[in-house]
Amino acid sequence: MHIPDGYLSPQTYIPMYGVAFALWGVALKKVRSEMSAKQVPYLAMAAAFSFLVQMFNIPIPGGTSGHAVGAGIIALLLGPWTAVIAVSVVLIIQAFVFGDGGITAIGANCFNMAIVMPFVAYWTFILFKGFWRNRTMVTLAAFLSGYVGLTAAAVCAAFMFGIQPIIATGPDGMPLYAPYPLSITIPAMAIEHLFVFSIVEGVITAALLKYFMKNESALIYAMKEASREKI
Amino acid sequence: MRKFEKELWLGIFVLAVFTPLGIILPEKFGVEGAWGEWGTDALEKLLGYVPGGLKKSADIWAAPIRNYIFGRQEAVLSTRIFSYIVSAFIGIALACIITLLISRLLFKREK
Repeated sequence: MHIPDGYLSPQTYIPMYGVAFALWGVALKKVRSEMSAKQVPYLAMAAAFSFLVQMFNIPIPGGTSGHAVGAGIIALLLGPWTAVIAVSVVLIIQAFVFGDGGITAIGANCFNMAIVMPFVAYWTFILFKGFWRNRTMVTLAAFLSGYVGLTAAAVCAAFMFGIQPIIATGPDGMPLYAPYPLSITIPAMAIEHLFVFSIVEGVITAALLKYFMKNESALIYAMKEASREKI
Repeated sequence: MRKFEKELWLGIFVLAVFTPLGIILPEKFGVEGAWGEWGTDALEKLLGYVPGGLKKSADIWAAPIRNYIFGRQEAVLSTRIFSYIVSAFIGIALACIITLLISRLLFKREK
């Protein structure tokens, strides 16, 4: 869902840059107060992980391809604000160096994958806090977290594509940017994610959280936060 | 470095080596790319035209390693597999450098 250059009108991508800059500012402040210098290697690792996981394009035979993002598990392990920074760094590298996602669309792509996704994933996980009776239930909550997070990001991207023919047409009434209406973009992107890519994201989120619960459970941000609230 | 951290870096290394699956599998199934990320040629085929604004700004940026492939996009598969692995390591390196620079800025005042 890396929106390329040319698909969004300036009236979409400029405000999205504004939103992204504002939230990057907040994220940097939050990370400074929440993270310790000891955790810096984990931030680097999170960004590297998200970069790599996005290279695994999964084909839908007869259709298109897509990939997981990893923003969900990063939000659970290091916190949603840290995930904002880690995934934004990845998206900026992808756009400038690898032409994956447009330069003009960096704000929009960061909004979808580095802001909406980690927060929706994090909130989904916390929403099921009452069900965390054992590791299986926590793992299940982690699956849902990745699943819902990536789907939400995809729907946001589809929304951005779909409003273009409404807000930006030429004098002849033809679309100037992304050409398909919401009635096409939303189902197209929602369905491929609901049935394929988000399942992969969910499995990755669950498997990694399980691994961390087993080996380094004290590190998991979401569970630290949740237990702090209980007291 | 702690053993746990080493294990994680090893995992990242293994992931990087396997990234070419991300081009081999789609090719095997004849799948070209992601929905909504068509190039102007593909759009022309889909729509019969290329939207005016899109045409003007689609090539605004010439990325040095477009699509994680060095040189020609149509290169033989083995070349692309090699490019993909090198890109994976370039990505890891850049991710580490940029996040470390950010952290240095953030934690400067602590010391």
